[in-house]
Amino acid sequence: MPIVLIVAEQQPDGNLRKATLNAITAGRTLAEKAGAEVHVVLLSKDPSKVSEELKGLGVKAVHTAGAPELEHYLAEVYTPVIAGLAQELKADYVGMASTAMSKDLMPRVAARLKAAMASDVMAFNGSGADVTFTRPMWAGNVFAEVKLTTPVKAFTVRATEFPAAQGGLPAAEVKAFTPKLEASKTKFVDFKEVKSARPELTEARVVVSGGRGTKGDFKEIEALADQLGAAVGASRAVCDAGWVPNDLQVGQTGKVVAPQLYIAAGISGAIQHLAGMKSSKTIVAINKDPEAPIFQVADYGLVADLFKVLPELRQALRSLE
Amino acid sequence: MKILVTAKRVEDPESKIKVKPDGSGIVQEGLKYKINPFDEIAVEEGLRLVAKHTGEVVVVSIGGKEVQEQLRHALAMGAHRAVWVNHTGPLDQLGIAGLLQKVAEKEKPDLVVLGKQSIDDDQNQVGQYLAEFLGWSQATFASKVESLESEQEKNKAPALLVAADNKTVRVVREVDNGLTTLECSLPAVVTTDLRLNMPRYASLPGIMKAKSKPIEELTPEKLAVDVTPKIQVLKMSSPPPRKAGIKVPDVAALVDKLRNEAKVV
Repeated sequence: MPIVLIVAEQQPDGNLRKATLNAITAGRTLAEKAGAEVHVVLLSKDPSKVSEELKGLGVKAVHTAGAPELEHYLAEVYTPVIAGLAQELKADYVGMASTAMSKDLMPRVAARLKAAMASDVMAFNGSGADVTFTRPMWAGNVFAEVKLTTPVKAFTVRATEFPAAQGGLPAAEVKAFTPKLEASKTKFVDFKEVKSARPELTEARVVVSGGRGTKGDFKEIEALADQLGAAVGASRAVCDAGWVPNDLQVGQTGKVVAPQLYIAAGISGAIQHLAGMKSSKTIVAINKDPEAPIFQVADYGLVADLFKVLPELRQALRSLE
Repeated sequence: MKILVTAKRVEDPESKIKVKPDGSGIVQEGLKYKINPFDEIAVEEGLRLVAKHTGEVVVVSIGGKEVQEQLRHALAMGAHRAVWVNHTGPLDQLGIAGLLQKVAEKEKPDLVVLGKQSIDDDQNQVGQYLAEFLGWSQATFASKVESLESEQEKNKAPALLVAADNKTVRVVREVDNGLTTLECSLPAVVTTDLRLNMPRYASLPGIMKAKSKPIEELTPEKLAVDVTPKIQVLKMSSPPPRKAGIKVPDVAALVDKLRNEAKVV
């Protein structure tokens, strides 16, 4: 039976990155169409805790490799291990959720496997050996249906397009394997975490984003976000200006989000920003300029000064409780 | 140092992209073309590196003769010479990386710096494929700690820190939840993120000088690379339009809609 191998991602704090759950659903969707089974691979310094979580997600097998060299992710260290396992299993598809790690890793794994790759896949079409991939181009202004003609096919999936896999299914077999380690020409130096008590942008139910209209003052954005239990986002312009960390950037070149509610305050709505948020379920735009392009994608637009209406909005929402 | 940088020709990021009715591609009429913005950042970083360490910036582009415009632009910014891989017709990321591999083996640069993705295909793959094909160290999504309004940026200092012995480079990378720093042995492949630098404008003397700088012409045949695409684009379509929204007069009306219509608060 053909095999879809999904690469799980462990966060620096040791927990499973939630987008992996969406990637497993994507893997199962692909497997149904391709008549394949889903395997998962996890590389870690200590895979025991996360592999427990992975095995109840409705996959055929969980392959784990544990070694001190795998503590800090490096493309050159992880590539031979994952490609080696894919070759041993004779996997037909190798995929992962679209994250900073997979964007760095998966093309290198694909190169090792002489595989063509589709990035940010949103849907799988067709069946059997003729499965095709739908993916965005030109910042999401075009959806392309692509076919990969190499024997092994690699992909990343846009996590927001697939629901998270639920646990509690019959436990898959966990198979530990010895990683094929190669010397790396790259050394890990350090990781500086941007700590936040707010939810992760790509996982939040509500996102409140600020743009140039904030003039760099994010207090109102943050206050509303905290009241709603939301993540804070930003347009590229305010990240470039250094007003907020780039980690908050929503857009073609930043994070792609699709929350239940997206509130854009003081954001004009450049094409590249819209590409990162226009799949949100409900979009609210607040901007002083009635001609701002953000109003074209907003379900509810309010032409107003954000510094005046955000406090009012907080007050009104509080009175609902 | 010798730095190889790329200059892909892409549609102006501000242009409105429309799909042809038959789904065979995008409507080309009326579009303007530019260097891929991420590649422009790569050219800029290359120029800053040789300004600090001395050396040469070689810019490469792949495409029909129209890509000479983008090469001339990079030369006008200050790149020393150009390599043009003359190829028309479809080309996928494997093909691009295969051609760049041969150019890199010929040029033997200390660093290849290229955009993390091009704004047409949005694949984000070529640098990583190239690093693996060459067996080199890779650092993707290079960024910097300082803001684009910092002194360091005003002084046009490179963000990539090459060691005094020219054997390694330190790269700060943008990753989920923070920044990570890697030390790569040279030669290495680095891909650029948006916050690495602000590219310079081409000056008038730069534009004049660029006219006499050499462009070497190569082809996939000369480089012995089979560029038959392994990624076939079967069909393009426009994303489903969002249903038209409404303007609300005030906060009370907004909250009412959010509560009773969208049911999200």
